[in-house]
Amino acid sequence: MTSLYLQSNNCVMEIRRDVFQAIADPTRRAILSLVAIQSMTPGAIAENFDSSRQTISKHIQILSECELLNQTQNGREIYYHLNPVKMKEIDSFIEPFRKMWEERFDKLEAIMKNYKK
Amino acid sequence: MENKTKIHAEENKQDLVITREFDLPVALLFKAYVEPEIVAQWMGTKVLKLESKKYGSWEFETSDPNGNVVFKANGVIHDFIPNEKIVRTFEMENSNFAPQLEFLEFEKITDETSKLTMQIIYKSIEHRAAQLKLPFGFGLNMAHNRLEEIVTKLKQNEQEK
Repeated sequence: MTSLYLQSNNCVMEIRRDVFQAIADPTRRAILSLVAIQSMTPGAIAENFDSSRQTISKHIQILSECELLNQTQNGREIYYHLNPVKMKEIDSFIEPFRKMWEERFDKLEAIMKNYKK
Repeated sequence: MENKTKIHAEENKQDLVITREFDLPVALLFKAYVEPEIVAQWMGTKVLKLESKKYGSWEFETSDPNGNVVFKANGVIHDFIPNEKIVRTFEMENSNFAPQLEFLEFEKITDETSKLTMQIIYKSIEHRAAQLKLPFGFGLNMAHNRLEEIVTKLKQNEQEK
């Protein structure tokens, strides 16, 4: 293959698409960076954000579903940590880059539609 | 649904091309690149300076909720033709990335639609690869730098095996 055309690439594995969705969100990326340093309870993670505890729980849930986070039970507490195997999967493609631009351009389009008329 | 934003990155080249068609007249698409408060909204960054003219320069800065600056970028504008093109440089400060050159072309498709073609030229093939291999593109968030380190470390571990 001499070039990459990243369009509706249906051959991208389902699981990968999930991972991309997971990392498309800035809060989730911030969560990943926090647990990358040390395992954390959901409460400790939530303290780093202005969002509600429920919102953060939802983000943690999505990250867990995509297997970016692993969890261990320690007594009553659940600790979340980064799944390095999964992190490696998202290392080397253009898709997150494309997605970043797509999000920006979607926003641009939405904003400028208000100026139409 | 087909993705509207396409990236064409040929192997062993040091540039890439991003294209996108907009449901906007070309004048509005261009305006989104010129007005600082509009740029701030869709780029998700503070626009400290944006002199939209030849020989002008620009500066963006993004802070985390605690007010720490996590991203700073700047560049100069080499060419500026309203509704047609912008040629500019882009440099991420405090990073290992060399400045890049960006050619933005704005085209009318119909009265109500337009197309943007953005060619980015990197210092080398390696620089382009490094940029693309960042999991999340330009580091517009606090997670970025740390994750970059982690991924680099993981790769090193992998190579040692």
